[in-house]
Parts: sequence; C-alpha cells; structure tokens
Amino acid sequence: MSKVINLKKGLDINLKGAAQKTVAQTVNPAFISIKPSDFPCVKPHLEVRQGDKVKAGSVIFTDKFRPQICFCSPVSGEVVEVRRAERRRITDVIVKADSQTEYEKFDTSNLSSKDSVKNLFLKSGVWPYLRQRPFNIIADPENEPKAVYISTFDSAPLAADYQFVLKDQIELFQAGVDALSKIAKVYLGLNGKVSSNIFAGVKNAEINTFEGPHPAGNAGVQISHICPVNKGESVIVVNPQDVVIIGRLVKNGIYDAKKTIAVAGSQIENPAYVSVIANTDLGFLKGKINENTSIESEGGDKVRIIGGNVLTGTKLASDGFLGFYDNEISVIPEGNYYDFFGWALPGLKKYSFSRTFFSWLSPKKEVSLDTNTHGEKRAYVVTGTFEKLVPMDILPLQLIKAILAQNIELMEELGIYEIAEEDFALCEFADTSKTDIQAIIRKGLDLMVAETR
Amino acid sequence: MKALRKYLDKIKPNFEEGGKHPGLKSTFEAFESFLFVPNEVTASKGAHIRDSVDLKRTITMVIIALIPALLFGMWNVGYFHYKMTGEESSLMGNFFYGLGQVLPIIAVSYISGLFLEFLFAQIRKEQVNEGFLATGLLIPMIVPVDCPLWMIAVATMFAVLIGKEVFGGTGMNIVNPALLARAFLFFAYPAKMSGDQVWVAGLSEAKVDGFSGATPLGELAHGTTFEQLTSQYSICDMFMGYIPGSIGETSTLCILIGAVILIWTGVASWKIMLSGVLGVCTMGLLLNTFGEAAYTQMPFWSHLILGGFAFGIVFMATDPVTAAQTETGKWIYGFLIGIVAILVRVVNPAFPEGVMLAILLMNVCAPLIDHIVIRQNVKRRLNRVKNK
Repeated sequence: MSKVINLKKGLDINLKGAAQKTVAQTVNPAFISIKPSDFPCVKPHLEVRQGDKVKAGSVIFTDKFRPQICFCSPVSGEVVEVRRAERRRITDVIVKADSQTEYEKFDTSNLSSKDSVKNLFLKSGVWPYLRQRPFNIIADPENEPKAVYISTFDSAPLAADYQFVLKDQIELFQAGVDALSKIAKVYLGLNGKVSSNIFAGVKNAEINTFEGPHPAGNAGVQISHICPVNKGESVIVVNPQDVVIIGRLVKNGIYDAKKTIAVAGSQIENPAYVSVIANTDLGFLKGKINENTSIESEGGDKVRIIGGNVLTGTKLASDGFLGFYDNEISVIPEGNYYDFFGWALPGLKKYSFSRTFFSWLSPKKEVSLDTNTHGEKRAYVVTGTFEKLVPMDILPLQLIKAILAQNIELMEELGIYEIAEEDFALCEFADTSKTDIQAIIRKGLDLMVAETR
Repeated sequence: MKALRKYLDKIKPNFEEGGKHPGLKSTFEAFESFLFVPNEVTASKGAHIRDSVDLKRTITMVIIALIPALLFGMWNVGYFHYKMTGEESSLMGNFFYGLGQVLPIIAVSYISGLFLEFLFAQIRKEQVNEGFLATGLLIPMIVPVDCPLWMIAVATMFAVLIGKEVFGGTGMNIVNPALLARAFLFFAYPAKMSGDQVWVAGLSEAKVDGFSGATPLGELAHGTTFEQLTSQYSICDMFMGYIPGSIGETSTLCILIGAVILIWTGVASWKIMLSGVLGVCTMGLLLNTFGEAAYTQMPFWSHLILGGFAFGIVFMATDPVTAAQTETGKWIYGFLIGIVAILVRVVNPAFPEGVMLAILLMNVCAPLIDHIVIRQNVKRRLNRVKNK
C-alpha cells in the first residue's frame, strides 16, 4: 500500500554552492581514520596495535558494550597511529592505505536466515551503518526491529542527490534491500519532487512518497508518518549509499566502502561530486577551497569545513578525515566578525525564517550563510517557531524542556523514542535564543541509553 | 566604527575577572552587544548556520509595533488637555504637550526597571536580557497620564522584582510584568488609577466644571447607555482613539497597525489575537441575547474598540513567556481572555475595565491549559500502541 504524504512544515534554505552533477575526481586515500566520535554511545575496544597490517574488512575496534559490533578498516594498509585525547579517550585510529586494496573475503553463500545476515553484517563492519530509532545509535543486534527504513533522499541544504549518485548502482541497492529484508520489513521513502525516480522500481520493500520542504527527507520524520516508534519498539535506519555498500558485501563478499560525496558550499571552487572511500583523509580538498571571503575577520579560520550538511554536520580540520556517515562536505565562511548594530539595521541581506529582517523582499534568492550565531544565548522566550519546523506530532519546545529538566518519564511521554538530533536541526537554526538544541537532544538520548543499559 | 570597536577591545579587559571593574561585567557586555552583534561562531557539531534573528531583534519589532500607538497617545494627551482648558491648539501643539507629559513617564519606567535588570544580571553573573526593553515601554502606555512619577517607579520595580526576577528573570516569569505593574498601581493607589479625574493631564488640579474626563467605559459603568455615549463620542472617534484612556490604549487603528507588524514579522501569535477577538464577540453576543441591564445591550463589536481590549490582546496577551506555549493552547488562552474581559467589564460593577484582570488570570491559567494540551499529545501517542 503506497501512500503519498504531503508535509507542510519545514524550511528549504537555498544555499549558494550546490554541487554540479558530475563526478569530478576519484580519490584513492593516502590515510583513513576511524573515529569513535562518529558513533554515539560506543566505547571502543582496540583490536589492533600500531604497526599492524590490516585488510579492508579487518576489525579495528569493537564496542565494549556490545562486543559483537565490529568497526572495520575500509582500506588495506598499516595502522600508523592511535590518537588519544584527555583520559586516553581514542579520537582517531589511522591507517596508511596501500596503493592496491586487499579485501578480507566473507562467506556470503548462505544468507537465507536472519541470523546469517546479521552475523555477516556484524563481522564485516557494515553493521554500524544500521542505526536505530530510538536514540539514533547503532542498532542493537539483540533487538527485533519492527522495520528497516530507508529514506532515498536527503532534503538538507547542499545535500548529495542520490538520484545522481546511485543512478548506476540500483542493482547493488536492490541486493542491499534484499539482504536487509531478511532482518525486518523494508520501507522506502521517495522524494515526491522527482519525476522518474530511480528507486521507484525497487522490489522487496514498501514504497511511500513524501513531498514538502526539509526535513521531509529525514528518516525519522518519515517513520513517524509510516510506522511510528513506540516504547519498546525499534526501527533500523539506513542511508541509501550505505545500502549500496551492503549490496557490495552481499554480492562480492567484500567490505568496499566506496561512496560518492558532494563537495559543496559557497567557499568551494566548482562544487561537484567526488568518489571517495569512507573515512578518507581530506587531502583531495587542496586547491578546491576558496579562502577569500567578504568577511573581515580578525584572526582564526577563514572557512569552516563541515563533514555532512550545514545543519547537522561536524566541523573537520583541513588535515582531518571524512566521517563514517558523511555523504557531503560543505565549506562555508567562518563568521568570527563583529556586526555593528546588526540587530537594528533593516537587514536586506540577512537571512531569516522570520520576517523580522527585510530580506523577505527577496525570498527566492540563493544565500551564502556563515557560522556567526547572530546573537547571544538567552532563555527561551519566543514560542511557536519550532512548531513550524518539525513535521511530526511532537511538541518540540516541551520535549526540549523535559530533556533540560532530565525528566525521563516526560521525555518518554513526549516522544523521545521517535526523534534524532537531525529532526531538530532546523529548530536550532531558527532559535531566537541561540541554544544548541541538537546537543541538548543528544544529551537526552544519551541519558535514555544510559537508563536502559 | 572600527575606532569604536578598537576602543571597546581596549577597555574590555577592565571588566573581566581580575580587571578594574569586574562588578560591571554584565553592564559592559550589554552595551557592547548593543553596539556590535558579537563575533561568536556556532559549535563544532550541530547547526553550523544560524538564523539572523535574535532576542534583540524580536524585542525591537515589538517596540516598532508600539510606536504608532505611542505617538498617537502623546497627541491624544495634548488633545484632551487643551480640550479641558479650552485653549486653541494645533496638531503639533497637542503632540508636543503630550510628549512633555509622557517622556518623563517612559524615562522613569526605563531607568527604574533597567537598574534592577542590570543589578540582577550582575548578581547572577549573567548577561542582561532584552525583555525589559519592551516591558519598560509597555508600562507607560497602560497607565493614566496623571499617574505620579514616583508611583511609576515603585510599580516598575515591584513588577521587575516580584514579577520576574524572583522567578529567575526573563523567560521564567508567570505573569506579564507590565500588567503586574499596572495591577499593583490599580490596587495600591486606586484613586490615581481610576475614576474620572486621572485620564486627562492636569484635570485633577484644574477642576474644570462641566468637563467630564471619564473614559467611555467608566461612563457606561455608571449607567450611561451606549446611545448616550455615541452622542458624546462617535463610533469613528472610538476607533480612531479620540477618547480618554490610558496613554497607549485609545486608538484601535494604531494598535491594528502594530498588530499587522507583529503578525507579519512572526513575532506575536495571530492565533491569540484572533481567538481573543472571537472570545469578545461570543461573550458580547451572549450578553446581547440574555442580558437585561442596559449595559449588556450595547452592540457586541463595540467592546473591541473601547477600553484596553485591543491594546491588551495585541501587546500584552501575546507575550510568549506568559501566554500558553502550545499552539492549541494559544487558541483556548486567547478565547478565554476575550470571554473573561467582557464578563468583568459588564457584569462586575466594581471594575469598569476587565482586560487587565482577564489577561493576568489567564497568565496564571496558561500552564494549566498547556498541561491539558500536552496530555492530549501524550494520549495520542499511547493510543497508537493500543490501536495496533
């Protein structure tokens, strides 16, 4: 039974620097880094030491809480460094890549049962691509999820367009869906704005269509309309590119984490797509970034490199590494400048969801936004804004306050099981009081995980 | 501009811990961020871009929306003063007389309130919140022009202290501080807040025979019928605001302009305003149908253009902190304000005007309304499991 669901709430921010639909470059990484910080609520237990040789698919570390889950190297090479921060917390495990990749071979001959699929996913390093609602953490292998959900489009600003990225890989996508359907019923969410959708013909899955502004592409939003998560239930969420990686594993018996990412943003010369391997170093960005911004900053970085999109991503150092789940890199100007009477002037060029600046005179314009917060943190005063940005039956402000008060019962009642940080990203963007809402949500989710462990 | 920035950077260390004046840190930061939106950047994880709007901008919109009613109020003060004395006066003459009367009230309200705001920010080692910038202008607009300045100061400080700071400052208060200031005056000094002497500047001293300075609602409460009232003030007078009353409340037209600004910019909730109007009409119609006294028979829509209803529902009821915070709750909250305001106005003989009391009452009830709405949301979520 296929539904078309029209979502009204949300906001499309028309950012400058969308990627042209060409693959400009294929990158063979010199180094990769597996970063435990990509995985909330995971405590890494190292399975390798500095100097060890690994293949693509060799285990780098496991999770101390759930030791079945393996995190594997996407390349073959040598473990050259384990970086640690305070209290010996591991921040990076760095592998120097060989020029020719050698793969661990996994036996894929018998994938008829749920357990055989799970075991293959767990030991080959693709299980971490399966994230669950509730809590937006890696799926618990012990759980019986009620569904596997794949949103086939990302509606965030400057996000990678999977219609382009996966146009030649639908067979692998189908293979991935077939394997996932062994775990639970698979649902696909299609973008209603696209005609002749490449995912429309996918079998073994229930297909629904979503129309509307961002966050219509968020899996959490779609799930809340199709198969909402109640207490005690869980739904697995997988990104379409990661389904293809799973498809490669199932078809070829190797962990091949190739993906095509969008390199976009107003500070990128010729934004386009790049074919990379997950966790690659960012050496390929050299020469692509335009450091000339119109902003007169005093010291500090000129631009910010973001792994992921501008609403939910993680700041990356220019000598850093792509995150495990990232499907795009966004580069925008840093906003470390003082704005003389910025709050008082008419603001013809100041972008706002509200109409408090005269930029509403030109609503369709492409905008180039920087990282300035445009104001200081305050107590919550304004109401009614968040409600226009969360297309779910959730009371956003009340849930945020329940989390701040660490009221677990109220958090449960108000729907903490259904949400992920990204579902509240637009609230954080539009918040007049400039609070870090996604960090608050993560805290609440972490608290719930700690409670259930 | 650059020189100013350099100067600020130079003197900034004086106000840090260990500097010369660490006790003025909040004050310095308030003035610094008034001049320059700070150079803060977003966190390394989360939303890297942020909306241009902040609380300063939001409050600025409220102040801009208040300006038409304020300017008209100043003119109106002069208009009635000269009408009382019988002197000839021009448009600008009226305005400048009113300006002279109203500016001291505004100054007193801002100085006494901001003093406490800065003090509490410093004690809490927090930044000064912008909320009072709106409150400080609202207070002068909802008092009679002849209210003594010392009363304004006492009421403002009471409102800031008891209405807001004891709860934790802006965003934490339960009742609207500006209305609390008015309620304080109303019950502490009733002689200066009601009757027919206080609404026209200078009337209480001048004692002009044969001149009535009562507000239309005051006259209605004393048995004047609506027909008799319309012989004194036309419907047009009431809508335009050529009637005595609190400084900012008389002109429905100017308040409507403010309402359009607030709704268009998204600063205030149109749901509260619309449901408030619906509440007034409902109660007015009910009284028209079932009421027997003369007062109950005045046309239901005339309640919208008399007294403080328009000002209250547009500027006071929509204060997001003290209103209902859920979207469904806003409908209920606004509607009940309309109902209660007219009920107090018409049925209760002690108070000619009921808007202030209605809003304060619903401020207190707003958390309850929200609680009911929140429970409905929770129930829907639980039913989902049951209905499977």
